Amino acid sequence: MLAFNFFGATEGGLFDINATLPLMAIQVVALTYILNSLFFKPVGNVVEKREKFVSNNIIEAKNKLSEVKKLEADLLTQLQSARTEAQRIVSEAENESDKLYKEALEFANNEANASKEKARLEIESQTSAARDQLSKQADDLSELIVNRLILEK
Amino acid sequence: MFFNSLLTNFAALEVGQHLYWQIGNIRLHGQVFLTSWILLGALLVFISLGTKKMENDPKGLQNLLEFLWDYIRDLARTQIGEKVYRDWMPFIGTLFLFVFVSNWGGALIPWRLIKLPSGELGAPTADINTTIALALLVSLSYFYAGLSNKGWRYFEYYVHPTPIMLPFKILEDFTKPLSLSFRLFGNILADELVVGVLVFLVPLILPIPVMFLGLFTSAIQALIFATLAAYYIGEAVEEHH
Repeated sequence: MLAFNFFGATEGGLFDINATLPLMAIQVVALTYILNSLFFKPVGNVVEKREKFVSNNIIEAKNKLSEVKKLEADLLTQLQSARTEAQRIVSEAENESDKLYKEALEFANNEANASKEKARLEIESQTSAARDQLSKQADDLSELIVNRLILEK
Repeated sequence: MFFNSLLTNFAALEVGQHLYWQIGNIRLHGQVFLTSWILLGALLVFISLGTKKMENDPKGLQNLLEFLWDYIRDLARTQIGEKVYRDWMPFIGTLFLFVFVSNWGGALIPWRLIKLPSGELGAPTADINTTIALALLVSLSYFYAGLSNKGWRYFEYYVHPTPIMLPFKILEDFTKPLSLSFRLFGNILADELVVGVLVFLVPLILPIPVMFLGLFTSAIQALIFATLAAYYIGEAVEEHH
């Protein structure tokens, strides 16, 4: 069991500390610089560039989304106002046509009334004229009858 | 007779044996460097393949690397805080990747098949030198982070709620690297030993659940090491009010 002689060996043993220690330390320090330039820097650049790219894209997309939402709201209000405007125009036109219809009706009524009145007046005057003539003729006739009677006596 | 062969076979596990490299006066544990170079080479190849053609729409390996990057960033950000986590993310990430790759590489690759003249290949983190090196780097980093962010006000941390805390906070500066290094070292070495002994005793089926447990432990240890390192740095740069 010579091999299990851990301590106190003049040569060998598990705790045999020699120049391996500083050389290994130098090797690890060198490895740090090598890995820094070969691994940590280039990979870090790529990863951080991509992270920046992704976060920029997310910010941009968020901005665009909010812009779209704003535009959508804008459009909605525009649509709303257009709708009320259309409604207003339609009701205005309805009122207008209503008014025109009423005016036309009134005008026609007046016209009809006027012509009716005129006709009535004419009928009246003709009636009175006829009546006058009739009474005159009756007078004449009565006078003639009277005269005949007088003369025959 | 049987017992004897058992003993020699146990010796074949070769705990605490190292492949020594002698450069001038200094001696190194060669097997640690060999495995760490193989594993880090694989990691670097993997990463360069994944980052070769980076696109905005990630495909294949790039996806995996980005997931890894994101995971490390989250870890650093939650522990260190929004303000300075960027400065420390490469260090925390390197600790995590190094420990993770070492642990998993040690557990997944059948290193025993490669015979060395002495010692054997295995997870670099199963060597105390590696874990102490990592832990000391963490200590240096949190001191540096605290001093560079708050200047001399960093030392307010030592007397923060009350000055009674001073000895404990000073003690913590020693226990932090100690616990960091020994936790990692102990877990990974224990896992290797358990798997090694089980494979030796029952070379069929039985070691497999332990191997899976080892993979789980390895991943958890990497996460714990990186999280604690980040937490210590976060503690050092935190502003007290």
